[in-house]
Amino acid sequence: MIVADKKPIEEIIEYLKGKQNILILGCNECVTVCEAGGKKEVGVLASALRMYFQNQGEDVKIDEVTLERQCDHEYLEEIRDRVDQYDAVVSLACGVGVQFMAEKYHSTHIYPGVNTCFLGATEERGLWTERCQACGQCILATTGGICPVSRCAKRLLNGPCGGSTTGKCEVKKGDEEIDCGWQLIVDRLQALDRLDEYETLCPVKDWSTDRAGGPRKVIREDLKQ
Amino acid sequence: MTDVKTPSKLEKILAAGHLAVTSECGPPRGSDPEVITKKAEMIKDHVDAINITDNQTSVTRMCSLASCIHLKQMGLEPVLQMVTRDRNRIALQSDILGAASFDIYNILCLSGDHQSFGDCPQGQNVHDIDSMQLIQTVRHMRDEGKFLGGDDIKRPPQMFVGAAANPFADPFEIRVPRLAKKIAAGVEFIQTQCIYNLDKFEKWMELARDRGLHEKVYILAGLTPLKSAGMAKYMKNRVPGMDVPDDVVKRMADTPKEKQSEEGIKICIESILRLKEVQGVAGFHIMAIEWEEKVPGIVEETGLYPRPTLE
Amino acid sequence: MRLQYPTNIKVVRVPCTGKVDVLYILHSFEKGADGVYLVGCLEGGCHYNSGNLKARKRVEQARKILDTIGIGGERVRMYNLSSSDGPLFAKYATEMDEKIREMGPNPIKLAKKKKAA
Ligand code: SF4
Ligand code: SF4
Repeated sequence: MIVADKKPIEEIIEYLKGKQNILILGCNECVTVCEAGGKKEVGVLASALRMYFQNQGEDVKIDEVTLERQCDHEYLEEIRDRVDQYDAVVSLACGVGVQFMAEKYHSTHIYPGVNTCFLGATEERGLWTERCQACGQCILATTGGICPVSRCAKRLLNGPCGGSTTGKCEVKKGDEEIDCGWQLIVDRLQALDRLDEYETLCPVKDWSTDRAGGPRKVIREDLKQ
Repeated sequence: MTDVKTPSKLEKILAAGHLAVTSECGPPRGSDPEVITKKAEMIKDHVDAINITDNQTSVTRMCSLASCIHLKQMGLEPVLQMVTRDRNRIALQSDILGAASFDIYNILCLSGDHQSFGDCPQGQNVHDIDSMQLIQTVRHMRDEGKFLGGDDIKRPPQMFVGAAANPFADPFEIRVPRLAKKIAAGVEFIQTQCIYNLDKFEKWMELARDRGLHEKVYILAGLTPLKSAGMAKYMKNRVPGMDVPDDVVKRMADTPKEKQSEEGIKICIESILRLKEVQGVAGFHIMAIEWEEKVPGIVEETGLYPRPTLE
Repeated sequence: MRLQYPTNIKVVRVPCTGKVDVLYILHSFEKGADGVYLVGCLEGGCHYNSGNLKARKRVEQARKILDTIGIGGERVRMYNLSSSDGPLFAKYATEMDEKIREMGPNPIKLAKKKKAA
C-alpha cells in the first residue's frame, strides 16, 4: 500500500489562514490502514482546527467527509454537489488523491494534509517500512524476492557495498539501524539454496520505466472502452 | 595475466611480477592545487601510482579528475577514483573520456559512501549504475571502443581497471564470490579495504586462491597506519565495514600517548612484511590519511624501495 | 465513607480507559470542558491487559495537539489508582481542579465571549 504520515497541524493551519469554509476529506484506503488519513484522523484534525479557530475568535466552518477512495472518479463525484461551498479542502489522501481532487475540481483550493512517504507494508501497528519504488521493471525474480532498488540505500543491483556490517546497512535513520538489503538477499538466496546465482552479474538497468523516464502511464488496450 | 593491455605504468609493473606500491591523496576542500602537488611531492619517488579519492566519505572536495590532471602534469601516474553516487552514466562516460584525453591510464570503480556521511546529507544520490557495472562500462569503452549506447568512440580510453574489495565486510559467505563477480565484470586490479585483521585477510586470500582468483586479478593489500589509540577505536567502532581486532586496539592503547603514532607505523610495517609472504598479494596500497609524509619511511622499512623503473 | 471532591467535575464512566479515544478528549474541549483527566487502573493492573497504557498514549497525543493549537496540553492528565482507593481519587480530583483553576477557563470559551461582546 501507499504509506503516508500526518503533516504537523501547524503546517496545515498556515495553509488555512483566512479561509471560512473548510472540508477535511479523508480516504478509506491506504491512508486509513496507516492511520494517517482515515475517518478517525479526519475527526481529530477537524476537531483540532475547530478549536484553534474558535480560540482565535474566528468563525470557521469545518466539515468532515471520508470517501471510499480519492483516486477514482466515481467516488470523488460524491462531493460534487457540495464542494463549491468550501473555500479550502484539506485532503488526507496520498498525493494521488490530492491531485485527483485538484484535477477534478478546478476552482477549489486543495491542500495536502499528509506527507506521502512510500510503497510499503505494515510490519506492526505503528511501524511501516518501504518495499518497492515502482521502478517499472521488476527484478525480484533474480534477487530471491527482496528488492535492492528500494531496500539498498544505494539501490545497488550487484551489492552489497563494503559498508554492510553484521546485517545492517552503513546508513542509519537517526539512531535506528536499518537492515542491509543485500544481506537479506544473500540470506534468502542461501535459504533457497540458490547462492550460486549471486555470481550472475545484473546488467546495467533500463531506468526509463522508473521516475527517470518522466511521468508514467500504463495503457491496457484490452480494457479500454 | 601477463599480457599488458594499456599504457598504464601500474599495469606494467604488476605484469613484470614486481610487488606494486600505490598510495592515495585526498583533494582539498578548496581550489588550491598546491595541496595536491605538495602531497604528491612527498610520496612520488616511493610509489608507482597515486590514487585520487573522489569526494571521499561524501564530503565535497576538489574533483578527482582535476586533481589527477595536476599529477599528470607533474609527470606522475594517477589512479582516477570514481564513485557512482554522484554521476549518471552520461557523466561517468564523459569524465572517463576527459581523463583519457589527459592520458590518465588507471581508474578505480567504486559505489561511494552514502551521502548521509558527508556535508550534503540532504542531497540526492544517483546510482544509475553500480560499481560492478562501472567496471563493465570502462571495459566496454576500452575493449569494444563503444559507448554504453552502442555508438563508436573515437580514440577510446586506455585504462587499467581497478576496484575495491573489502575482505571483512558482511555477509562473509559472499566475500569471495563477490571478488569473482568483479573479475567476471572485468576488473584487473583490486585495492583492498585497510587490513588490520591479518588472519581474516589471509583466510580470504586462501579462499580466493582456492578458486584461482589470484591469477585472474592483481590484489593490492590496503593498509592505513594508525595515528593513535583513539583512531584505532574510531575505526573499529564507527567506520562501517572495518575490522580492527581487539589486540590491535589494545596494543595502541597500551602505548604511551606520545609514542602511539610510532607504534601505528610499526604495526603497518609488520603487517606489510607479513603480507609480502602471502601468495596472491601483488602489491600494497598505503592509505596514510593526511599523513603522506610517513609513506616513504614505510616503503623503505619494508624493503619495497627503490621502486622499479620501466625501460 | 463519603469523601468530598470538587462538584464541578463531571464523571463519564467507561468500561476501561482503553475505550477513551483521542477524539473523545478533543470533543470535550470543543464542547467547552476546561480540563479532562482519565482515571485508570494501576499500570500492570488492566483487566484488558493494556487499556490504561493505550489511554496514556492518547493523553499524550491529545496534549500535543492542544499545545499546538494554543489550548494547553496541561489541561489533559492521566491518573492511575486502584479501584478501592477512594481517598486518592478525591486527592487527584482536587489536584486537577486546582491545576485547571490556575490555568483558567478553556480559552475557546473566552474567545467566544469576547466575540459576542
Ligand atoms: S524491482 Fe522495481 S518493481 Fe520490483 S519491487 Fe523493486 S522497485 Fe518495485
Ligand atoms: S550496506 Fe547494504 S543496504 Fe546499505 S548501501 Fe550497502 S549494500 Fe546497500
